[in-house]
Amino acid sequence: MAHDSENDNVRRQIDENLKRVFQEKVEEDLPDRFKMLIEQLKQQDSGDNPQ
Amino acid sequence: MSADPREELVEHLPSLRAFAMSLCRNSAQADDLVQDTIVKAWTNMDKFKVGTNLRAWLFTILRNTFYSARRRSGREVADVDGVFSANLATKPDHDGRLALKDFEKAFITLPDEQREALLLVGASGFSYEEAAEMCGCAVGTIKSRANRGRARLAEMLNIDEDGAMELTDQSTMAVMSATQQKSM
Repeated sequence: MAHDSENDNVRRQIDENLKRVFQEKVEEDLPDRFKMLIEQLKQQDSGDNPQ
Repeated sequence: MSADPREELVEHLPSLRAFAMSLCRNSAQADDLVQDTIVKAWTNMDKFKVGTNLRAWLFTILRNTFYSARRRSGREVADVDGVFSANLATKPDHDGRLALKDFEKAFITLPDEQREALLLVGASGFSYEEAAEMCGCAVGTIKSRANRGRARLAEMLNIDEDGAMELTDQSTMAVMSATQQKSM
């Protein structure tokens, strides 16, 4: 097994890359279907209340 | 009123979708998963405890939906689509900085549970305790999944203890990971 400082360094590098990959996806534009879905759900709530 | 969790839900959609894409490895499936999660969250919002972590709640719904769909289909291995596989490895920069696409290609080969653990604690900033609660397992289980995932990535990407990450082309990479050979 590697000693702790080595592990920490590897962990840090991997987690940095994970964050970069993840952030890249977070910054992608959301597809319109989700905005439309939210609008639909809001209308359902305010208009004809299903309950 | 901004305290309405339904309003806040919209703010979490980008990270929710990022989580879905990395979990599914298939963007069409990921978007269906996000859609299902939004509907479930919206219609069950009365079950959300105001003041607790909405993002964690949403991520939990998403991963539960993902795993129940996976169980239903009996398909353990998802189709990995071109979004991730199309951009093949380019040579690393001279400073040895890892190309994100290469990292991503290695990442998507990890088993779902390891990817999930790393996405939650490594990428999204949840604590091990939060991740364990979200996944319904012990903290030790999350730690061991995350550490196995990191070890496997380090092996595949030939990350060494000096901090230099040296990428090789794909065919060499397979050999390297098999033999644990260090370059230089």
